[in-house]
Amino acid sequence: MAQQPLLTLKSVSKSYSGVQALSDVSIETFAGEVHCLLGDNGAGKSTLIKTMSGVVHPTSGDIMWEGQPVTLDSPKEAQELGIGTVHQDVGLIPMMSVARNFFLANEPTRGWGPFKRIDMSQANGVSIDAIRAMGISRDIDPDQVVGTMSGGEKQAIAIARAVHFGAKFLILGEPTAALGVHESEVVINLIERTKQRGTGILLITHNPTHALAVGDRFTVLTQGRVVDQFKRGERDQIMDLMAGGRRLAAAE
Amino acid sequence: MAFSANQKTGQSDHSGPSAKHLAPMTLTTLQKQPWIGAAAAAVFVFAFFAYFAGSTGFLTAGGTAGWLNTAAELGIIAIPIGLLMISGEFDLSTGSVVGAASIIVAVTVTFLGQPIALGILIALAMGVLVGLFNALLVYRTRVPSFIVTLATNFIVAGTALALSRLVTGSSTLSLRDTGWAEFAFAARWNQMYISIIWWVLAAALAAWVLRATPFGNWIYATGGNKDAARRAGVPIWWVTQVLYVWTGVSAAFVGAMTAIQFNQGNAVAGQGYVFETAIAAVIGGVLLTGGFGSVFGIVCGTIIYGIISVGLFYTGWPTDWAQTFIGALLVIAVLANNAIRNAAMQSKKGKS
Ligand SMILES: Nc1ncnc2c1ncn2[C@@H]1O[C@H](COP(=O)(O)OP(=O)(O)OP(=O)(O)O)[C@@H](O)[C@H]1O
Ligand SMILES: [Mg+2]
Repeated sequence: MAQQPLLTLKSVSKSYSGVQALSDVSIETFAGEVHCLLGDNGAGKSTLIKTMSGVVHPTSGDIMWEGQPVTLDSPKEAQELGIGTVHQDVGLIPMMSVARNFFLANEPTRGWGPFKRIDMSQANGVSIDAIRAMGISRDIDPDQVVGTMSGGEKQAIAIARAVHFGAKFLILGEPTAALGVHESEVVINLIERTKQRGTGILLITHNPTHALAVGDRFTVLTQGRVVDQFKRGERDQIMDLMAGGRRLAAAE
Repeated sequence: MAFSANQKTGQSDHSGPSAKHLAPMTLTTLQKQPWIGAAAAAVFVFAFFAYFAGSTGFLTAGGTAGWLNTAAELGIIAIPIGLLMISGEFDLSTGSVVGAASIIVAVTVTFLGQPIALGILIALAMGVLVGLFNALLVYRTRVPSFIVTLATNFIVAGTALALSRLVTGSSTLSLRDTGWAEFAFAARWNQMYISIIWWVLAAALAAWVLRATPFGNWIYATGGNKDAARRAGVPIWWVTQVLYVWTGVSAAFVGAMTAIQFNQGNAVAGQGYVFETAIAAVIGGVLLTGGFGSVFGIVCGTIIYGIISVGLFYTGWPTDWAQTFIGALLVIAVLANNAIRNAAMQSKKGKS
C-alpha cells in the first residue's frame, strides 16, 4: 500500500453568507511531495488554505491529519499538529534582524529568573544554519535587518523557520507572485530542497511553469470546484494545465 | 555614561560575523544601532551651548545640574513612552497622571494625615489603573491610541482637579515633613536631584528589557508588523498592557517625586509631559510608526531636550526660542528616522 496521506480534505465546502467559496473539494497531500493548487482569481485558493490552517471552519466535509479526523479550531492548533503556513508577505518583521525574526515568540533564553535573557549566540547560530540548510549560499549576517534582504532570502527565512519549529506540512501562499525571474528560481529551489527533506508542501500559485517545475500532484480550482486533479506525468503539456480550468468551465 | 557601555556589550554578543562591517557608518549601521544619530545630535547640541554659553555658566555645576534635572524627570516618563511608541502605540495621558499623583500624595499626607508611603502607594496604584484603562480602550476599541489616550488625559485631569477642589477647596496643597521620602525622592548633591539616579535605573531596566529579553523582541515585533507578530505567536495584548501600565506607573512616580521635591501637590501640574515625552523619544530615534528605536537613543533625545531648554537660558538669548529650536529638531529627526526605515524596507536585490 502507498504511504499514508499527511493532510487530507474530504468533500470540503465553505460558504460565506451566500457566496459558495468552496464546493465539495477533496485533496490528498503526502510527506515529501509538492501538491500544487492552481486557479484564477476568486477560485477559492485562499479559502482553501484558510480551512487547512485553522483560520476558517469548513461548512461541511472532513479534515484528516495523518489518517485521523481533526478539527482545526485555530491557527495555533494547526501549528501544533505540524501544519505551517507561509503567506505571500512572509510574515517577517522588516526592521528586525534575521535571528530575532527567526526566533520571534520562541526565543531561546539563558540565565535564571529576572536575569533570563535571549541567548543571542544560539539564536544567531541556529538561524543561520537553518537558512543555510535551505541552500542559500550567500554569507548571511544574523544581524542584518530582514527588510533589506531579497525576496527569495525572505522566503528562505520564513520556510526555514516553519520547518525548524516543527512543520511537517507547509502551506505556501503564492511565494513567487511578487518576485522576478531570478528570485522565483531561488524560491523554486527552496521548495525542491524542502520537499527532499521530507516536508509535505501545498503550493498555491498562479504560475503553471512554477507549478510544473516542482509539483508532484496538481489540483485546479474554478469557482470553488475541483475541475482537474492529476499526478506528475499524467499530463505532459503545460498548456493542459493552463487551459484545464478554463476549458472545463467554458464547457459547462 | 554607564549604559552606553551596556548597549555596546549587548551588541558585541552577536557582532562576531558582522565585525567586518563596523568601519563605515552606513545606513545599515544606523538600522542596527538606532541611537547613533541621537547620540551625535546630543554631542552637537552640547558643544553648541558649551560654545555659546560656556563662559556664562552652562558648564558650571549649576548649569549641568539644571539640564540633568530637567532631563531626568522627563526621561523617567519618556523611556516607557518610547517603548510604547516602538510597539506602535501612543500615550498622551501621562500629563494628567503626573498631576493626579502629585495631588494624591499631598491629600493623603496633609489632608488625611496618613503616612507618605500610603500616599505614594495610592498614587502608583492610580498609575496602574490608568495604564490598564488605556490598554483596554486601545486594545478593545481598536481606535487609534493617539485619540483614546488624549481622552483619558482629559478624563483624569478633570477628575483630579474636581476631586481636589471638592475635598480640599483648592487645586494645590502643601506637602511637608515627608521624612524618608524626602531623601529617596528629593535629596540633592550640588543641586543635582536624586531623580537623576532614578532615571539611570529606569533606563538601565528598560534597555535590558528591550535588548536582552524575549519581551523586548515582542515590543519591536508588535510595532514592526502587528499581523505578522500575532501569527508568529507574540501575545500582543500582554505587550500592550505591560507597556501602558509601565507608562502610567512612571508618570505617577514622577508626580509623587515632584510633589515631594516642591513640597506641594498640584492637580493641574504635568501637562507639559504630554508632548515633551513623545518629542524626546522621536528626537531619540524612535520611529513614529513603531518598530524601531532604542533606550539609549531615547535617553539622548531627553538629554537634547534638557540641554536646549536649560542651555538657552544661559546664552542670554530670549528663551522664547526654545520651542522653535525643538520643533526644528523634531522635523529633522522625523525625516532622518523615516529615511532609515525606508532604506530598511527596500530589498537590496530583487523586488518583494
Ligand atoms: N470573508 C469572505 N466573505 C465573503 N465572501 C468571501 C470571503 N472570502 C472569500 N470570499 C469569496 O469566496 C470566493 C473565493 O475567494 P478566495 O479568496 O478564496 O479566492 P482566491 O482563489 O484566493 O482568489 P485570488 O487569486 O484573487 O486570491 C470569492 O468569490 C470571494 O469573493
Ligand atoms: Mg487569494
